[in-house]
Amino acid sequence: MSQEIINLRNVSKEYDGSEALKNINLTIHKNEFLTLLGPSGCGKTTTLRIIGGFESPTSGDVFFEGQNITSLPPYKRKVNTVFQKYALFPHMNIEENVAFGLKIKKVDNATIKQKVKKMLDLVNLSGFEKRSVDSLSGGQQQRVAIARALVNEPDVLLLDEPLGALDLKLRKEMQIELKNIQRRLGITFVYVTHDQEEALTMSDTVVVMRDGTIQQMGTPVDIYNEPVNAFVADFIGESNIIDGIMTKDYQVVFANQTFECVDKGFSENEPVDVVIRPEDIKLVEPGEGMLSGQVQSVLFKGVHYEMIILSNNIRWMIHSTIAEPVGQQVGLKILPNDIHIMKKGEA
Amino acid sequence: MKHKWITYPYIIWMIIFIIIPLALIVFFSVIIETEHGLQFTLQHFKRFLEPVYMVVLLRSIYIAFISTLICLVLGYPMAMILANRGLNKKQFLVSLFVLPMWMNFLLRTYAWLTLLENSGLINTLLSYLGLKKLNLLYNNYAVILGMVYNFLPFMVLPIYSVLIKIDKSVIEAAQDLGADSFTVFRRVTFPLSLPGVMSGITMVFMPSVTTFVISRLLGGGQYTLIGNLIEQQFLYVGDWNFGSALSVVLMIIILLSMGVMSRYDKEHEGGGLW
Repeated sequence: MSQEIINLRNVSKEYDGSEALKNINLTIHKNEFLTLLGPSGCGKTTTLRIIGGFESPTSGDVFFEGQNITSLPPYKRKVNTVFQKYALFPHMNIEENVAFGLKIKKVDNATIKQKVKKMLDLVNLSGFEKRSVDSLSGGQQQRVAIARALVNEPDVLLLDEPLGALDLKLRKEMQIELKNIQRRLGITFVYVTHDQEEALTMSDTVVVMRDGTIQQMGTPVDIYNEPVNAFVADFIGESNIIDGIMTKDYQVVFANQTFECVDKGFSENEPVDVVIRPEDIKLVEPGEGMLSGQVQSVLFKGVHYEMIILSNNIRWMIHSTIAEPVGQQVGLKILPNDIHIMKKGEA
Repeated sequence: MKHKWITYPYIIWMIIFIIIPLALIVFFSVIIETEHGLQFTLQHFKRFLEPVYMVVLLRSIYIAFISTLICLVLGYPMAMILANRGLNKKQFLVSLFVLPMWMNFLLRTYAWLTLLENSGLINTLLSYLGLKKLNLLYNNYAVILGMVYNFLPFMVLPIYSVLIKIDKSVIEAAQDLGADSFTVFRRVTFPLSLPGVMSGITMVFMPSVTTFVISRLLGGGQYTLIGNLIEQQFLYVGDWNFGSALSVVLMIIILLSMGVMSRYDKEHEGGGLW
């Protein structure tokens, strides 16, 4: 990948004795759309605030283009932030809000006017210059906040759950819009969200966090297809997670059956988590698959049906475009490729 | 509206204790007793325009203005310190600040008397150190000191309550956009705290311009303010008509100044009296 722009080295953060971040190492590249993803309290926002300079790490260092900026105050950093609740200045109109950063940098008025106009065009808010902050909808305020940050032409834009307060449809639109802006301007985006779908849709790199540690870092496809542990598998998309025992390389026992798999390198008879995506289990005629069971419930989810199938006291979640009636006996077919074996974690 | 009768006691209360007294004051201010009975007149107001009384009015406004200014200069930083989110035991400090207000207003002012008088604590200390005694009491400064001391909490509290409500992320956004601490204050914190400043000014200026206790105790009667003048008319001279006229003028001045304030305030917040 391209040049490194931000490095976090051994960064830890404590609040009143409790650890919010535990020895984080993270490299962010130029022009990358990197997402910090995790449940609330996982340390993703703290990480972002340390990059922005609003928090200082208890230990560890932050580097920006190779320079240590750990003790640099926010106003001296070449990053800008889009805050969760937009944080627009309520006593200024839209134009003044967007112009704020340029005015402080003592840019001349003509340039300010021209840049603000260009930026409001970019976020589809031309003509809103003189409007007050209160008169704008949530989505519009969000776009002002983005314009206000981007007008300063930062090297890195930090976004803290910027779409969290918007409704689903608007959120999807803004996701596409944000991604387009990022591509067009070639700015590095560091994006914080707890919405896994958002992370998969927009990112070049996803960093899954939990309890102040990085669980996995990779492309959305890698993270989805090759989760490193049951937590990541469960957090990214839905999964069936079952206890199993690795009897030998390429062979695993779960649900009282022996299955062929593609994983190796476990010790003999090691207990493992077996992760299978609901869309990877095929419904077949009873007796034809490796397992058989009975349909417990069927939910229509739009594109697919979500069925719960009880087999040997295990409840399997299955996604299929064809629904079977409740009570129907079915067979379940699982291919070796779709069986993901994970080391038992602290999960 | 349902249960309209609930409002009746309040309406009666307001009529008896607000509307009727106000009407009486206005009534007294425009009548005069002659041999032919009561007659309408504006002579009380005309009398007020005499230089003796104008001096009193201007002095009152001047002293109230200075006191308000001092309260603002002292009170704003105090409110900022109290509102500082890093501050421990904030609640304790705030209540320490309000504590003197639980004590009687007269008592507090008398306390200054014993501190400032010729044989008071400060002068005793000075002579003990072999220094010259100072004339601390019965001048403008003593009156201003009394006002600042008594009314400072009325400046600090409204500013404090506006400051703690300012969204922390707005301050962070300003820092993020390149503003150092001073710029953040000048362009964000201060403009956002203006409603608190405005109500602080109103709440200090109004009692300052009308007080007669502070000026009598600490000014020793030598510095008559308009409050003293009104007091004298009602209690000692017995000229209720002139006293009422003075009160009406004072009320109009206060209303006007509040009107100017809230008009300015409206640009930011909206609402208010006017």
